[in-house]
Amino acid sequence: MLKPQPRGDGFGGRASRGQLSKEAEIKRINKELANIRSKFKGDKALDGYSKKKYVCKLLFIFLLGHDIDFGHMEAVNLLSSNRYTEKQIGYLFISVLVNSNSELIRLINNAIKNDLASRNPTFMGLALHCVASVGSREMAEAFAGEIPRVLVAGDTMDSVKQSAALCLLRLYRTSSDLVPMGDWTSRVVHLLNDQHLGVVTAATSLITTLAQKNPEEFKTSVSLAVSRLSRIVTSASTDLQDYTYYFVPAPWLSVKLLRLLQCYPPPEDPAVRGRLTECLETILNKAQEPPKSKKVQHSNAKNAVLFEAISLIIHHDSEPNLLVRACNQLGQFLQHRETNLRYLALESMCTLASSEFSHEAVKTHIETVINALKTERDVSVRQRAVDLLYAMCDRSNAPQIVAEMLSYLETADYSIREEIVLKVAILAEKYAVDYTWYVDTILNLIRIAGDYVSEEVWYRVIQIVVNRDDVQGYAAKTVFEVRPQGCQEGWGRVVEGDPLIQFNLLHSKFHLCSVPTRALLLSTYIKFVNLFPEVKPTIQDVLRSDSQLRNADVELQQRAVEYLRLSTVASTDILATVLEEMPPFPERESSILAKLKKKKGPSTVTDLEDAKRERSVDVNGGPEPAPASTSAMSTPSPSADLLGLGAAPPAPAGPPPSSGSGGLLVDVFSDSASAVAPLAPGSEDNFARFVCKNNGVLFENQLLQIGLKSEFRQNLGRMFIFYGNKTSTQFLNFTPTLICSDDLQPHILGCITKPVDPTVEGGAQVQQVVNIECVSDFTEAPVLSIQFRYGGTFQNVSVQLPITLNKFFQPTEMASQDFFQRWKQLSNPQQEVQNIFKAKHPMDTEVTKAKIIGFGSALLEEVDPNPANFVGAGIIHTKTTQIGCLLRLEPNLQAQMYRLTLRTSKEAVSQRLCELLSAQF
Amino acid sequence: VRLKGQGKRCKRSEGLEIRFILIQNRAGKTRLAKWYMQFDDDEKQKLIEEVHAVVTVRDAKHTNFVEFRNFKIIYRRYAGLYFCICVDVNDNNLAYLEAIHNFVVLNEYFHNVCELDLVFNFYKVYTVVDEMFLAGEIRETSQTKVLKQLLMLQSLE
Repeated sequence: MLKPQPRGDGFGGRASRGQLSKEAEIKRINKELANIRSKFKGDKALDGYSKKKYVCKLLFIFLLGHDIDFGHMEAVNLLSSNRYTEKQIGYLFISVLVNSNSELIRLINNAIKNDLASRNPTFMGLALHCVASVGSREMAEAFAGEIPRVLVAGDTMDSVKQSAALCLLRLYRTSSDLVPMGDWTSRVVHLLNDQHLGVVTAATSLITTLAQKNPEEFKTSVSLAVSRLSRIVTSASTDLQDYTYYFVPAPWLSVKLLRLLQCYPPPEDPAVRGRLTECLETILNKAQEPPKSKKVQHSNAKNAVLFEAISLIIHHDSEPNLLVRACNQLGQFLQHRETNLRYLALESMCTLASSEFSHEAVKTHIETVINALKTERDVSVRQRAVDLLYAMCDRSNAPQIVAEMLSYLETADYSIREEIVLKVAILAEKYAVDYTWYVDTILNLIRIAGDYVSEEVWYRVIQIVVNRDDVQGYAAKTVFEVRPQGCQEGWGRVVEGDPLIQFNLLHSKFHLCSVPTRALLLSTYIKFVNLFPEVKPTIQDVLRSDSQLRNADVELQQRAVEYLRLSTVASTDILATVLEEMPPFPERESSILAKLKKKKGPSTVTDLEDAKRERSVDVNGGPEPAPASTSAMSTPSPSADLLGLGAAPPAPAGPPPSSGSGGLLVDVFSDSASAVAPLAPGSEDNFARFVCKNNGVLFENQLLQIGLKSEFRQNLGRMFIFYGNKTSTQFLNFTPTLICSDDLQPHILGCITKPVDPTVEGGAQVQQVVNIECVSDFTEAPVLSIQFRYGGTFQNVSVQLPITLNKFFQPTEMASQDFFQRWKQLSNPQQEVQNIFKAKHPMDTEVTKAKIIGFGSALLEEVDPNPANFVGAGIIHTKTTQIGCLLRLEPNLQAQMYRLTLRTSKEAVSQRLCELLSAQF
Repeated sequence: VRLKGQGKRCKRSEGLEIRFILIQNRAGKTRLAKWYMQFDDDEKQKLIEEVHAVVTVRDAKHTNFVEFRNFKIIYRRYAGLYFCICVDVNDNNLAYLEAIHNFVVLNEYFHNVCELDLVFNFYKVYTVVDEMFLAGEIRETSQTKVLKQLLMLQSLE
């Protein structure tokens, strides 16, 4: 037993026992290799036994970690032996030392072919295991046709069937194009009924993989899997004999069947569905029964099935009752003495938290989870606790969760600090009700986690502070108090109060700062010069001092020299131009969210994140809450000045009177609506053109051109309006106003961020930004009314702004089965709106596709069984809710007609989207 | 009704699939390595060392699961040997943990197996693994069936 087989000389034994030094081992091995080589090259032909012996030795040497560059031919020779032991060593050598040498592959394949045809189950098994291990394309080419036949042949032995099923699975994974679908597929599905549970186990793996790629073809597996599962879970603990594991009937097979069912939506057939629900209930019930054995194997096997059942329940996400039961069961595990169970319960609850049915139930365990964070010994369990807190966080518990995470951060393991920092930063931003809380939290975070706060978090804070005027003062003050020496990157924009005092305060800390911070401070100083001429001499003195002008750091020196010069030579106008405010940061995905995704790998957090984003109804709207705060703007303050707004002209005298005070909510204008002109002719057509696009010319007459550029994200939008004066004469009292009707007002918040200069020079173009927030679904569109004086005449133009419900679409990709599952879920007559209409434009597939994408929904390819049809899916984001929308457009080329069907959970939404989209074709 | 759980759905692309199985001793010597994914030799060596590093620092109070690159390792220790299975992060932890326990057939097959049995009978250990796992999937879960087959094969020697 203790010798390398067969009849080895025992050298390997000594070597591996460490009795030989490394050098001695190498010497010994080289000697042995030389010996084997000479045997292989010798004149005398080796008998099968010796050949096997030496090939086996080569393998052993290889597994000890030495290179082997010969013996392949001898191994291949062994394949054609009729003795099991010789064949086995030959196949093992091939499997372990795969060689892509094409000459050999041909020989190997030939031997495999013979063994597959041998009808000897042992030899067939060896050949199949070799194919399953190597799985090369050449092998797929050679055997992808043969193996399905072996698998479904009536006279194939059970153990060979098991191997054939998994061998085929391997070939399908590596070269699915070479595995032909055919008659065998339906017979494979029926293996789920096989008497031999080992065959069923192997077949279930194969079917699961095939079903993922070809859901339609393997649909029948659902009812078969349900009935098999049902028979297993209801069987007595000894019924399944060999397949009962510590009193649990066929646990692995149950797990595999439950996973197969996760390839499909809940069964449509009510009988099958009912049976499955019974199975899941039985599994949940069994978890409550007293254990049949004290052995950990018993509880592990039982819980393996339970966790998989819970995964299926979460996957279906359609039975509130089961979801809540699952949550309660996991809640019990949270306090279990087995660390494994606590870990798995935390992990599984994370996904439950993203279901609307169980989110609240998950939240009830918050105290236990926080406790886990404090007491668990295994860092990976604490990590899961952090994940779960993150997943269960919503507006109601955000302050508590963020506070707990922050306090945990003080003692958290180094390995997970950065991730916690990111999570805290994201939650703080997402659920900030009040921005002072946000600023406090982030500064606390920086204080506690210091080095673990990545640049992304920093940049993000600055982005937010810069984009939100109302927090700037607070942020500046707090930053100054908390970290006078380190964190003044934000200063450039965040200043208020008496300039001289401020400057002195700031400068008193200058010498404590790092070089990059000092460089920023110098830039801040020159901005002071621009805004507060009274401090100019003081600042020039500072810049002129040796410690700046002759600073050893090139960057600081250069800045000091240039700024000093700039402040001396430049006129006020030039200075103002040079130092004009930076534009606000563009809306984009939070850089920290991106970082977290990157950190956690694409598979895990991304999905959770997406799921969460879908679920949460009160997201703070991502990067930047759109409506600018009125308070910050209405009191002219130095901070506003710093933003360059001080340079804005005083309110124009003309009507409407209130437009000068900046970011006003439009409802102010409802009084003056009477002054609005009727909609410009042609406006309707133009409006329709913007439904599927965001940029272009909205209006044009002899005097004025209005261009648009807009971007939308979730429930927020921003529209840049360009007014071009086509004449050579000035427009005076130029006042655009945004009007939302009384009906529209509750649904849409729109505001013009900044008034335009009331004088538009001839040939000039001016720009204005409108921020839009969609509060709930709406039908009408806001109206842009423009009044100005041209020559001696008063001009009045009104156009509908193309802000339509579909702009708040987020596309959603999904597979065919998901699409139709959801389609069926929305089968209520009120949820569907259909329109059959004649094509107004040529019926071009590519144009249609572009329009559907432009409309905002995802265009789902290969979903509709009829390739001529178009289907799309997306989510309408409003502030209060999110509405899933599915659409299907069926063209009829002969009749030049379309049928458009919209299904959403809300009748009004279906109606409006159908109207908007119908007008496009 | 909103559109639910895409994320969850897409994750299931791979099914149950084992990336590799390793049996190592406490010193990090590999006693069996079965790879179900293509890795080159250097990569294999790196994986072996990394697995050893993450697994051996854990104690009985820790879970039997540990995140590993984009995968996870499910492991169990028997005397001086660590049995490790590397699977996708979405796979069923406890099912694999107990699948490892099925290796106790080695005990009956070798009559109280010790580490050296695995060293010298490496080719038999491969046979045992192939009976229990194939193509990265669980092939046979009945210890009785596996043992019967092994004894049958032994009789052919």
